Order: sequence, then structure tokens, then C-alpha cells
Amino acid sequence: MSEAARIHLRNAQGRHHRRAAAFRWSALVTGGALALIGLSKRSKSGVALAAAGGLLSYAGAKAGAQPRELIARSSILLNCTPNEAYQFWSKFENLPLFMRHLESVTLTGETRSRWTAIGPLGRRVTWDAEIAFDREADVIAWRSLPDSEIYVDGIVKFRNAPANRGTIITAVVVYQPPAGTLGAALAKVLGKDPSFMMRQDLRRLKALIEAGEIPTVEGQSHGPRSSVAAAARLLNPDDPIKGEGNLTDIAQARRRAS
Amino acid sequence: MKAVCWMGTEKMTVENVPDPKILNPRDAIVRITSTCICGSDLHLYNGFMPTMEQGDIMGHEFMGEVVEIGAGVDREKLKVGDRVVVPFTIACGRCFFCQQQLWSCCDNSNPNYWIAEKIMGYSPSGLFGYTHMLGGYAGGQAQYARVPFADVGPLKVPAGMPDEQAVFLSDIFPTGYMGAENCNIQPGDTVAIWGCGPVGQFAIRSAFILGAERVIAIDRFDYRLQQAQEAGAEIINYEEVDDVVQLLKDMTGNIGPDSCMDAVGMEAHYSGPMWAIDKTKQVLRMQPDRPGVLREAIMACRKGGTVSVPGVYGGFIDKMPMGAYVNKSLTMKTGQTHMMRYMKPLLELIEGGKIDPSFVISHRVPIDKAPEMYKVFRDKQDHCTKVVLDPWANGAAAA
Repeated sequence: MSEAARIHLRNAQGRHHRRAAAFRWSALVTGGALALIGLSKRSKSGVALAAAGGLLSYAGAKAGAQPRELIARSSILLNCTPNEAYQFWSKFENLPLFMRHLESVTLTGETRSRWTAIGPLGRRVTWDAEIAFDREADVIAWRSLPDSEIYVDGIVKFRNAPANRGTIITAVVVYQPPAGTLGAALAKVLGKDPSFMMRQDLRRLKALIEAGEIPTVEGQSHGPRSSVAAAARLLNPDDPIKGEGNLTDIAQARRRAS
Repeated sequence: MKAVCWMGTEKMTVENVPDPKILNPRDAIVRITSTCICGSDLHLYNGFMPTMEQGDIMGHEFMGEVVEIGAGVDREKLKVGDRVVVPFTIACGRCFFCQQQLWSCCDNSNPNYWIAEKIMGYSPSGLFGYTHMLGGYAGGQAQYARVPFADVGPLKVPAGMPDEQAVFLSDIFPTGYMGAENCNIQPGDTVAIWGCGPVGQFAIRSAFILGAERVIAIDRFDYRLQQAQEAGAEIINYEEVDDVVQLLKDMTGNIGPDSCMDAVGMEAHYSGPMWAIDKTKQVLRMQPDRPGVLREAIMACRKGGTVSVPGVYGGFIDKMPMGAYVNKSLTMKTGQTHMMRYMKPLLELIEGGKIDPSFVISHRVPIDKAPEMYKVFRDKQDHCTKVVLDPWANGAAAA
């Protein structure tokens, strides 16, 4: 594996490890903590934080409500040919490099693959999928096999952009989350609307293909952070609940403040 | 390492933080030898740019020596030991915008693209030390910095050229030059420039280089106006005149300047009822920017002329004189500086002795003095024009 590929993998895995560590935090605990921090701030941002925490707790309490279909839809321009984009995407093992919620995709047959995603609160979901439709340099579609824990249908099209600017890809993925999980409710509360997540994923794909890497500031140096900033980062819609790393930050920042 | 950190509005401190690491294949680490405080840093100091976070490392004007490069950096363009000046905009070099030479519009360098997208529709490139909306990258008022896409931005500096001549290629010289270029200057033109800070000073000199016959410089500090005058500009101290727009008309036979440049931006000072209204709105967070200079530039500009805006605006403005703008057939040109277009040609101007950028420096201090220098610079005490920080000097040493 090249040095560059190793770095991409490490960056991708770092996120997953932290998310996995979040498993032991329930929405109730996190939401309650946010509400407490928020209320203790006695400021406008504090009120917002408390409200968000309250909503999160509410969602936790309400978990188990009806599941609903989530549709993610987005498109992006890539400065490569449709075939190059197709070749990259159709190797499903590449998808976790730019799709943040995916931990891995492994091929299990000629048209079949096993997908593992990390959902809200670090919960792992695994399902098997098969290629439903495939036309080189044009379109590829996949669907999960019957009796999967989660139903995922996806299709992505590759089209020449006008003025030789490259390829416009359009992706649509439909998720049917399992009943009784926090999934859909949390996604809604945290602002993780599926099309937003998809747009972020495609943006990472674009950077990877065009620039050869995904821009990041995770892991860079900084001075002491405040508890407000650490709590706010928990609510970053592009970076779902990460868990203890940030909660430690909060504790440290509060110790420093007191 | 030592780093100047934003700890809140008007709160800068020098903190000991971990040295930066390579995070991506095309990163480099630069050991910084000279770094500056920019006028645009004052917008952060004053707390008017949204999405700063306590602990952010400041600074986007720096140069130094490459001490480490990632596996993906093109060795032909950059290697360990190179002495480089680093542009404040971060660009991937390969996207549609980079290929159009619109480097500060790079599509692939802002990890927080979505935040800027909400405010501006699309995101510009990432910047060093300039809000999380624009990337959240750690800045260069420090002893070391991580430089992404290091084979695109950093420019090698010739061995004989001192830091104080080269370091302004990181921002203000190219920014002033692009501001002048955006004026669309034709031979013999008259250009009015609001703001005689460092960018304004470079803009004045660049306007002459680009063929302007008259440059009229507007400010309220005599020491800055004097520097403008030394460069050949006519000067207006706006605090000593009733009506700048009328004076500009009188000075130009009622035609108006061919181009007007706002080298001030979102924290302009002016007077009258609009000042009171804008200032109040800004404090109440109803309007992030105070656009007094922009309004004046639009009103003063001759019909069919060009308004150039190198000054920084972060959000929205009120009472934009759109009627004047439309009915006078004006053109406005703006943008964060497309650094990589200008760095090399301007380096050659310096080498050729056409300009010595070190004239703007008013203060050279150790990095430990940075927090107090923000205040000195903001309040224009001690004839402060440009502060250069030495990251390695002992803070106890003389200023």
C-alpha cells in the first residue's frame, strides 16, 4: 500500500474508532449533559445548547417510533472522465474512503458485497448487497438483499459535463432504517439530513479524485478549547457524536475554567 | 511550540501547543522565521468574524524553512530545506477554479465547506488561521505551521533576499496589487483609494506601476497619509473635510475617479447618522459589516467606472446604494487574492529593485509581544502600520 493510501486509511479509521467508542453513551445521557452545560452557561448559545440537549433526550425517550424512509440525493462535478469516476465508484471497497458512515465494504461474490456502517451512537450495522444494474462508464445501481437489517437502494449516474469540464455524477440512496432504533429520530434531531450527508460524501469524493486527498484539520495543534466549543463540536452535523474524546475535552476545559 | 491563540474577543495569548504534524500526503511542515499581524486579523481580534473558536492559532502571513514534507508532495516543486513564503490562501491546484487561476476559490481546500456554503452559497478556499467557516486551519503566528497542498502554494525565496522583503508576498503585496489590477486601470486614469494601511500602501504603488496618472489616498491618520504622499499620491484626511465625495468631484472636474478602491472593509470609520446606525447594528449582531467606505466608493466613482474591493467583508450589509451602482453603469471587482497568480511576478519586481516592500514595517517584535501588539495596531498607537513577529526571539529581548 502506498504511503498516501495508508494516510487516507488512517484518517478514515480514526473517525470510526472514535465513533465506536461512543457506543456506551445513550442519547439520554448525552442530551441531558448538553442540557446541563447549556443551562449552566446562562447565555444565548447556552440556551441553544440546552434546547438541543433537550431535543436529543426527547428523541432518546421517543426511540422506537415508526421508522421512515430516508432519501439522500446529491450531485457533484468531478474533473475526470465518466469512465474514471465510474471505475472508482464501482469498486465498492473505495466507498468508505469518502463516505463517513461506512466502515468497510468487502466483496463476497461477483456481484455481491458486505457493507458495514456505523450509525448513531456508534452502533454497527451490517448488510449484504448485490449489484442491481451496471453499465460501464454510465450507471451503477445496488440494493440490499432480502431480510437485511437495513434496506439500502442506491444508484449513481455518470454524465459528461458541458464545456469539457469533466463529469457530473448524480447519486440517490434510499435507506429504510430498522424499526426500534434511534437512527431516524437522531438523524433528524442532529440535523443530519440524508441529502446533506450525501453532499458531504460527494465533496470528499471530489477532493479525493481531484486533489488526491481529503482536506482535514482533525489532529492539528490548537490552544486550550472551551467547554462551549467542545459541546458545539458534538452537534457538528458533518461529524456525528464522537464520544469520549470530546467529553474529556469538556471536562478538562471546565476544570481549567473553575 | 509557541503560538498566538485567539481566546475570545480582544483576548490573544501566546500558548505552548504541540508542534504540528503531517496530516495529509501533500502537507509540509514549515519552521517559521518571520510572521506578521494583518489588518484582517483585527476583525478577528475585535470579534466581528463569526466561527472563531477559543484556542484557534492565528496568523496567515508567514515564511520559513521547509522541515518535513508528506509522501504526496511533488519533490520537483518542494523539498526539505527550501526557504519559502507561504500564501494565505490554500489551493489544491487541480480543481476547475485552480485551473482558471481563481486560486482563492479552490473547491477542495476547505474541510468546512458546508459552513461557508450556508452563508455565501459556495465556499471559497481554505485560509490559514481565519475562522472555521474558512477551514479552521491553524495559522502561522507560531514557530511551526502545517501547510496543506505544499507543492502548490509556497514560493521559493532567493537566497540573498531578506525575510522582510519577501514575507509580504504571503498576503498584503499581492492583495494590494490585485486590488489595483481589479481597478481596470487605463493609462492616465485617476484612482481613489480608501484606506492607507499596508494593503492600501501596496495598492497605491501598484496603481502607479499599472499606469495610473493620479492616485488619491484617503485615511484619517497623518502618518499613513504621509507614506501615501511619499509614493506620489494626493491625500485626503477625511476627518478634516466635510464631504469626501464632493471633494473627489471637485478634484476631478466633476467627473469622478475612474476607479475607486475600498481597502478598508467591514470595520470602516465614518461619521453622520449612517455611522451611528451601522455601528449599533453591528454591536447588536444585526449586521456583521459596516459598509461606509463601500457606499462612499460607489457614490464617488465616475459613470462607467470600476469599484475594486480588496477590503474584507464577512457577511451582509444594509443600505447598499444599488441605485447608484446600476444607474451609473459601474463594475465591481472583488475577491480574496488569487495569490499564486501574483507571487512570482511580484517577487521579480522586488528582485529587480522596482519596489522594496519592507517600507511598511513599523514594528519588529518577538512573538511573545504579539498580544499587546494587536492592541497597538488596532488603536493605531505609536504610528503602527505593520508588525513583524520573530517566533524565535526571546520575549525579554528589546522590541
